[in-house]
Amino acid sequence: MSHSSHAASMPAGAAAHGHEHHTSLGIPNHKLATWLFIASESMFFAALITTYMVFRYRSVVGPHPDEVVNIPLTTVSTFILLMSSLTMALGVSAAQRGESKAVGRFLLFTILGGIGFLVIQFYEWWHLAHHYGLTWNTNIFGSIFYILTGFHKAHVIFGMIWLAVLAVSAFRGTLRREHAVHVDVAGLYWHFVDVVWIVIFTVVFLLTEAGV
Amino acid sequence: MATTTLERSFWQALPKPRARTGFWSWVTTVDHKRIGILYFWTALAFFLIGGVEALLIRLQLARPEQDLVAPDLFNQLFTMHATTMIFLAIMPLTAAFFNYFIPLLVGARDVAFPKLNALSYWMFLAGGIFLNSSWVLGGPSDAGWFGYPNYSLSEFNPGLGVDFWIIGLLLAGIGTLVSGFNFIVTILNMRAPGMSLMRMPMFAWATLVTSFLIVFSFPVITVALLLLLFDRVFGTVFFDVFSGADLTLYHHLFWVFGHPEVYIIVLPAMGIVSEVLPVFSRKPLFGYSVMVFSTMLIGFVGFGVWSHHLFTVGMGPVVNTIFSLATMIIAVPTGIKMFNWIGTLFGGRLRFTAAMLYSLGFLALFLIGGLTGVMLSAAPSNTQIHHTYFVVGHFHYVMIGGALFSLMSALHYWGPKMFGRMLDERLGKVAFWTLFVGFNLTFFPMNILGVMGMPRRIYTYSAGMGWDGLNATSTLGALIMAVSILITLYNLVTSLRNGERAPADPWDGRTLEWAIPSPAPEYNFARLPNVSSRDELWVRKHPQLAEGAAVAASAESDGPAEPIAMPGGSYMPLLVSLGLFIAGYGLLYSMPVFVGGIVLSLLGLIGWGFEGDNMRIIQPGGEQ
Repeated sequence: MSHSSHAASMPAGAAAHGHEHHTSLGIPNHKLATWLFIASESMFFAALITTYMVFRYRSVVGPHPDEVVNIPLTTVSTFILLMSSLTMALGVSAAQRGESKAVGRFLLFTILGGIGFLVIQFYEWWHLAHHYGLTWNTNIFGSIFYILTGFHKAHVIFGMIWLAVLAVSAFRGTLRREHAVHVDVAGLYWHFVDVVWIVIFTVVFLLTEAGV
Repeated sequence: MATTTLERSFWQALPKPRARTGFWSWVTTVDHKRIGILYFWTALAFFLIGGVEALLIRLQLARPEQDLVAPDLFNQLFTMHATTMIFLAIMPLTAAFFNYFIPLLVGARDVAFPKLNALSYWMFLAGGIFLNSSWVLGGPSDAGWFGYPNYSLSEFNPGLGVDFWIIGLLLAGIGTLVSGFNFIVTILNMRAPGMSLMRMPMFAWATLVTSFLIVFSFPVITVALLLLLFDRVFGTVFFDVFSGADLTLYHHLFWVFGHPEVYIIVLPAMGIVSEVLPVFSRKPLFGYSVMVFSTMLIGFVGFGVWSHHLFTVGMGPVVNTIFSLATMIIAVPTGIKMFNWIGTLFGGRLRFTAAMLYSLGFLALFLIGGLTGVMLSAAPSNTQIHHTYFVVGHFHYVMIGGALFSLMSALHYWGPKMFGRMLDERLGKVAFWTLFVGFNLTFFPMNILGVMGMPRRIYTYSAGMGWDGLNATSTLGALIMAVSILITLYNLVTSLRNGERAPADPWDGRTLEWAIPSPAPEYNFARLPNVSSRDELWVRKHPQLAEGAAVAASAESDGPAEPIAMPGGSYMPLLVSLGLFIAGYGLLYSMPVFVGGIVLSLLGLIGWGFEGDNMRIIQPGGEQ
């Protein structure tokens, strides 16, 4: 465990951290870049959600949104995803205290939350396709519904891979206190993916149920 | 870190580039200056391709009823000319100067993320080659640089041209977006001690605001392009009118990106002019703070004007009025800048170098571009001149008169620092006047043609419309512009071979890039400067000035001269973009190839994360 081997075994971007002690704003470069990435991603999802709002009731043939949304099931998956944000926050806190094993455990719970969310959401896709015959070729609601929720799922999966890489380092005990910023930025991303889901849940599911 | 010996040897066994010179040193470089030079030459090559396309368009239109270029080819030419010039020539040329000069201007040794910077370049190259490969793989898109559906749907546009266009733009877009993050973090976080935001050179401000525009606007065109791609490749029905689609949505998504894109191109141009004019007027930039806030205001309001591209789709008088007014408001900060540039010149000791001439040309021509823009911003008159050559004339005054003239100015001003050789001033001035005359001959007649009613994008026109003389003049002008570009190329090539060696400070400059040798050493600053003035170098050279004593005192505390750790090269950025480049072809031709490309990219990313930084220690001024 020589000092020089740090950089060689840390995940993406970690190496630069070693000489990142001083920045003009006092914010680590990785954290600032992550916030900017999130800002950009917000525009990405804003454009998709706008497309959903414009197109949701323009389908010439059904099924239409109000015929297919499943509020109880999606509420459960939403709850699971939100709880994974809690374990993520606990993981960041553990990282800042330098408790490597605890970081690993919390990240594992977070990943499990992601898996739970995805299982339910993929079941919903399957259900829509088989029970209602709704695919992305069926009508314009199907197109935007699958693209919007699909891009969100892709973000969840990407986040899980990111957290898994960190979790491996954490269980090995190699994710030390000075690397806390890497857990921190992964956490920012994970919370962002949750927040996007809250908007999607509201717009696609709750507003439809409320008849708005 | 407590990795096992086995693992450590595995990651360290990953090949790391060692070459310091030659081909592989350039392919694997993460040095912002070398990446800037790569951007420069690549963008120049694409600029020449786009220029040849423009000449073919102009030759076809030289006389009425010509059939030099077939109608289909004509449509492909104007589509590829616009796409190439915007995404593969002008933007990467500004990126060349961002790359080389932003770290120098803010007093840093590199950008915040050197490897990401290399990725940006390789994604740009991948997108450019992918897009242009459609010329030999069935023909490029003919759907315009905006690619409006439903004309761009497979039903009306079969073949792979539009797919090449979409995927090429997505690939290049990744590079642009990544450089947006990189330059914001560099400018906000990597400044030298004492380099407060309000002491930064205007070009750094322009780059900062431009990067924010990139970060907020590129994801929106990404969505527009993805929806179109899914319609074409996977049969979704986003833009299928019979399924209830509203095509206007694509127009809005495109222009929410497309209008900020104009400022992504023009703000750096304004930044360059704001650097050149003070140096050759021997005066500080007039109204610096107002210039900063005008730049921010243009960037901010620039996001709220996109619908002025859609005045004729029937949004109604209220929406049209709002976007008319918002567009006119942009003239205010732009006008402020114009007066500040004139204020900088006023009473200055002017030196009419080639760089200065190009910047002065910018002032005159960009003013015409701006004024025709105000004419277009009024919805009623817009309805009359919409889709005519008036619009073509307008935006070429902005894109060439604004952006290209400033980039030429930057080449003559900063070229000596980048290449270590002075460019020939006499040839530079000849090229300027040739370009100035050729440009106005080409594009001023278009303003008149547009008012006379000549539509855009027609491959020919009948004799006797009264358009013949103006079109012939325009084509003559285009040929004169080509001569000017050839003179500049000749100047560039001969000067780089035999030109006078550039001193550190050939123009009696004011900012930090002139404080170090030409070309800049790998580590930029042997001692990181301690900054206490906007015109730091100028005040250091003139200690008798009012702030001279304070600057001299802080210069005493420049960073120590000690060995510097610089990141070495990496194969990974190239590998990641190569994987995505291959995946692009796979998406169109073969799913296994697509998967293979993605896997290659992921392997590149993993290698990226674990290979480490390959740091080298350099002793400034001596051998390492």
